[in-house]
Amino acid sequence: MADLVPPTFKGFGVTLKQVFKKPITQQYPEYKRPVYPRFRGRHRLWRHENGLEKCVGCSLCAAACPADCIRVVAAENTPENRVSAGERYARIYEINMSRCIFCGYCELACPFDAITLGNDFEISEYNRDDLIYTKDMLLAEPVKQVPVADRDLYDTPIPYYQSHS
Amino acid sequence: MHEAWWISLIKAGLVINLVMGAFAYTTWLERKVLGRMQLRYGPNRAGPFGLLQPIADLIKLVRKEAFFPDSSHELPYIVAPVVSCFTALAAFAVIPWGAGWTIDGHYVRGAVANVPISLILIFALGSIGIYGFIVGGWASDSKYSILGSMRTCAQLVSYEVSLALSVLGVVLMGQSLNLVDIVDKQQATLWFFLPQFVGLCVFLLGGIAETSRPPFDLPEADTELVAGYHTEYSGMRWGLFQTAEYINLIVLSGLAVTLFFDGWHFPWVHSLDVLGPLWFVLKLAILVTAFIWLRASQPRLRYDQLMRFGWKVLLPVATLNALATALLVVWV
Repeated sequence: MADLVPPTFKGFGVTLKQVFKKPITQQYPEYKRPVYPRFRGRHRLWRHENGLEKCVGCSLCAAACPADCIRVVAAENTPENRVSAGERYARIYEINMSRCIFCGYCELACPFDAITLGNDFEISEYNRDDLIYTKDMLLAEPVKQVPVADRDLYDTPIPYYQSHS
Repeated sequence: MHEAWWISLIKAGLVINLVMGAFAYTTWLERKVLGRMQLRYGPNRAGPFGLLQPIADLIKLVRKEAFFPDSSHELPYIVAPVVSCFTALAAFAVIPWGAGWTIDGHYVRGAVANVPISLILIFALGSIGIYGFIVGGWASDSKYSILGSMRTCAQLVSYEVSLALSVLGVVLMGQSLNLVDIVDKQQATLWFFLPQFVGLCVFLLGGIAETSRPPFDLPEADTELVAGYHTEYSGMRWGLFQTAEYINLIVLSGLAVTLFFDGWHFPWVHSLDVLGPLWFVLKLAILVTAFIWLRASQPRLRYDQLMRFGWKVLLPVATLNALATALLVVWV
């Protein structure tokens, strides 16, 4: 029993020492820690340089989605109304953000790199309906953007698994 | 000296509100100190230094729905937190915090009530308050609550013995059960924490167990029992249990200040005794901070360790201390 007394008092010293150090807390809304460049956040839909949408409405992303949060309704492109580069385009493209688990399988499944996951994570809303993102929202630049760390810090010319094996 | 009844009434209302305020800011102090000891800031959003945090918490708790389990026994379930909170508040009434003043011809006593057996009254009220914890857990009809209640029973009953024995030395030296008399005796001789150092140690350790604070928080042990006896409580009913717990801590610290650290007196300089409440609150704050420091530093005891410590270490030490004090008081 007596040998327990010195370590007990040592514990008090340990905690007291911390009081005089600066807390390591990051004050979030004021300071936003830059996210890792490959951080999977809010989705983006992309256009070709000529303004046509990359998405051809194939629904492969919806098929790959484990959370079943993507809804695609395709329509035929016509000469008067040409939306995408392919035969068809996505008339409706919706992502239900309240279901999305940000796994990135849609990005992997897409044959045209039309959908990617961006870095933005500040996507909470007061209303669930606001979390259903339409095609227009996904095609536009995100309203809120978070700082992203420099890609060069992480992406090296030779991948780690090749240089260390 | 006699005190007019309306002065007592005003004073009682004032002291209740002050104690509630002290409770609110004890939670703030605890979160702040714990935060700094864990390299965090603690509350810092509501108001400057998070000073409005307790008020925000109160508003949240009052507005929250206070539901209860279908199978709970309603009457004891509702009464239990009230009993705990009431006894905790009532116990503070007999703790003196000033010498007494004569303002405009009216005498104002430095305590809400001056009872001849105030020390026994505090212990009695404390024991009734334990019923609240036990009955509350029992009436919830949940296995975590009942386990918490059982632990409360066992722990509080075993440590109460040591706690009562530890103050016996002070009572023998002060030759009174009245807290005002004990403080006066300390003022006439010396602060009792010097001759009664063993008593002080036992009192503080037993007191932490009585208020079920870490490292003796077995009744709540959140890692094993969710929240112990108040698992099934929510809203302000839970808040009342929390209030009772913190006010018990304040009463215990106040009792320690009164019994061992000369209550409201300022050391050496007697002319400053007019500001009694200020010195009392200062001493109280130091003790409460020490309890928070203890919480940040020490891990929770295992249940058998707790029982062994209570019965095999604290109780014999407290008994020997009381015996030795008695012998010294009689023969020296």
